[in-house]
Amino acid sequence: MTNTKKPLLNDTFVVIIFAAAILAMPIWLDPIGGNYPDLLQKFAIYGIFAIGFNILFGLTGYLSFGHAAFLGVGSYAAVWSFKLLTMNVLPAVIFGVVFAGILAAIIGFLSLRRTGIYFSILTLAFAQMSYNLAYSVLTPITNGETGLQLARSDPRILDSLFSDGSVGAGLPSTDLFGETMSGYPGFYFCAVLLIICFYISMRIFRSPFGLMLKGIKSNQNRMRYTGLNTRPYMLTAFIISGMYAGLAGSLLAVTDPLAGAERMQWTASGEVVLMTILGGAGTLVGPMLGAGLIKYFENIFSSFDDNVLTQAFSFLPDSVVDFVVPVVGLFVGSGWHLTLGLLFMIIVIFLPGGLVEGFRRIFNYFRSGGKTKPQSVEAHNQAGE
Amino acid sequence: MSDIKKSGVSRRGLLKAGAVGGLVAATPSIFVKNAWAEEFRNNPENSGELKLGFNVPQSGPYADEGADELRAYMLAVKHLNGEGDGGMLNTFKPSMLSGNGVLGKKVTYSTGDTQTKSDAARASAKRMIEKDGVLMITGGSSSGVAVAVQSLCQEQGIIFMAGLTHSNDTTGKDKRRYGFRHFFNAYMSGAALAPVLNKEYGSERRAYHLTADYTWGWTQEESIKNSTEALGWETVNAVKTPVGAGDFSQYITPVLNSGADVLILNHYGKDMINSLSQAVQFGLRDKQVNGKNFEIVVPLFSRLMAQGAGDAIKGILGTTNWNWSLQDDGSKAFVQSFGAEYGAPPSMAAHTCYVQTLLYANACEMAGTFYPPEVIKQLEGFNFDGMGNGPTLYRAEDHQCFKDVLVVRGNENPSSQFDLLKVVDVTPRSQVEYDWTIFGGELGPYEVKM
Repeated sequence: MTNTKKPLLNDTFVVIIFAAAILAMPIWLDPIGGNYPDLLQKFAIYGIFAIGFNILFGLTGYLSFGHAAFLGVGSYAAVWSFKLLTMNVLPAVIFGVVFAGILAAIIGFLSLRRTGIYFSILTLAFAQMSYNLAYSVLTPITNGETGLQLARSDPRILDSLFSDGSVGAGLPSTDLFGETMSGYPGFYFCAVLLIICFYISMRIFRSPFGLMLKGIKSNQNRMRYTGLNTRPYMLTAFIISGMYAGLAGSLLAVTDPLAGAERMQWTASGEVVLMTILGGAGTLVGPMLGAGLIKYFENIFSSFDDNVLTQAFSFLPDSVVDFVVPVVGLFVGSGWHLTLGLLFMIIVIFLPGGLVEGFRRIFNYFRSGGKTKPQSVEAHNQAGE
Repeated sequence: MSDIKKSGVSRRGLLKAGAVGGLVAATPSIFVKNAWAEEFRNNPENSGELKLGFNVPQSGPYADEGADELRAYMLAVKHLNGEGDGGMLNTFKPSMLSGNGVLGKKVTYSTGDTQTKSDAARASAKRMIEKDGVLMITGGSSSGVAVAVQSLCQEQGIIFMAGLTHSNDTTGKDKRRYGFRHFFNAYMSGAALAPVLNKEYGSERRAYHLTADYTWGWTQEESIKNSTEALGWETVNAVKTPVGAGDFSQYITPVLNSGADVLILNHYGKDMINSLSQAVQFGLRDKQVNGKNFEIVVPLFSRLMAQGAGDAIKGILGTTNWNWSLQDDGSKAFVQSFGAEYGAPPSMAAHTCYVQTLLYANACEMAGTFYPPEVIKQLEGFNFDGMGNGPTLYRAEDHQCFKDVLVVRGNENPSSQFDLLKVVDVTPRSQVEYDWTIFGGELGPYEVKM
């Protein structure tokens, strides 16, 4: 309580650096093969998803296993906005966020009556329910397994109001007042939203509301004894978190106008939990890092086949290559899950605070001139930022 | 408050590291990217090699088919580059392929995992198009995936040569100018199967459908229903089952008391292996209903599935696009070189994928360019032979291939572990042809704006 040392970076500066790093991703991801629009878009979108999840999990400690439901609802709402209203992305994004918020209010209202594992199970149950609804019961709205897609014959009421109604020969593409939202423009759109989301998340972390949530995490009973009703705070955090997920879902539809039920499956919910823990739960940038790492693995490692490996190891003698390629091949291509699993284990065992704790240790090591400080080790348990 | 101090340090440490790359590099180069003009996407003119994208399921319920498809693709690339014995290059006519690459360029490839999910398949296809620079994408062992990737390819101006996809929608309601299908479809299965069903099981039957709940299952159920009801059969019930369900017992139990005497399984891959095995375990085939033997029909059959289902497959009727036991020159050449390479005969999924790759390469040769609209025009209305199915036509109006359809039966006395399907009947092409307008849909434009 006696800390007087001001952080070297104030919040504005943090956001500026964050924005620069995000917008420059096409440059610094180029050497590691990550510079192509689809992957960049995924980084930004899942970054939003993970940051939103972290507002709930990182601040309050409530582990939701059903966040994919909001992602899916956001996607469906966005695609329906493309089908019925206009190909402009703004209404789609707004509808995605609003519908996810409504669903989050309902699920949150019911689930937040319980804490701990019971809360996790409740959210998981609701998400699986949403998934099965989308998969089979609500097929007229969701088109089941095949996924909801655009068609030339869609009404698009607003578009037909403002143009002569001719949609051209092919399918229309999503746009922001004329700028097509695929490729690099799509990435920059998502990146700008990511930066805004990051800023909002930071404000929440710093606000009295954020402190209240941290209080709930460290001792909810004590909060109650002081005469405070924690439920409204929890519900608000849950809804904000759900809206972030809805935004991410609608952006998935913006960059690729298709919504499938598999986005709501429990594996997708589990993925965002992994992202957050991998990067560092409760930290500002950790979830974003975790999201990037997992998406990088999914898209780049899964594409390595024996062909690529043989080239990569071509500097070795042939006999060694014949031995190395099949062994390494187990961990890439369709075996990328295995690598990810190993990495996850290593991080959880040795760096319980995630990647962020790793960076922190390295930084402290250098700052103390090669002597590790014991305090950096205990830092992993803090609710901090 | 010491927390804040620590966290301040961490944030700074982290962000410094993150920002190094961003700030040092100059920003203007972002905007220069992709500024150079190209005539069409991924033009291989300067690279000296032609890159193809093989997008197959390596995980999920159709993984077995995906693995076999990938083997066939790699074999096709070998043959196109003049390695190996040439396979169907020697029997395919009219062909301009010489085993010298395509238009003098060496063929290379990039692979991806569709996970049998539309989302993952599109992400993987986008990676191939945007990062690896492929000029053509092929693969898919699920119609849902094929339809999703096909519409992506249309938007991107990349030709899509569909692998194993059997839904009517692929070249019907959801057909695209840039999408082509060599495989047959559910309508043809129904048309080919009906006469044999009539002969074997009579015209007074009560059918119960179990259907995989996505585009392929829906259209196959519809097609089989239409052709069996035309025979005079009655459809008792049609139940949708989720893809990859694993356990089908809850769906099979009601069949027992439904009064049906035929069970039609509109399932494929591991789903079909599970549902058929369980139906046999429940004793359905030993039952007598309405004074007739209870029968099971699997409209879309493949040898890989037969292998998985073991004894349950014996005596079951179905249709298939191709079988390795065919004795024409094309099939023999393909089975020969596939067997020499991998030690097992190819499945029908492998066959259609191999053929599609060769057809695309040949169309490029005929067009004399890789420019997609010209290649498409060469494929449309293309007549060819020597690819294992007899004389075949790529119909221009819907990009669907028309050829003979095989009706097969699970072999009662297999002579080897691969000899699982016996060809009962070869339904001539004329009997399975249909008017392309019945399914609706539009192909869309040749030129795609970039």
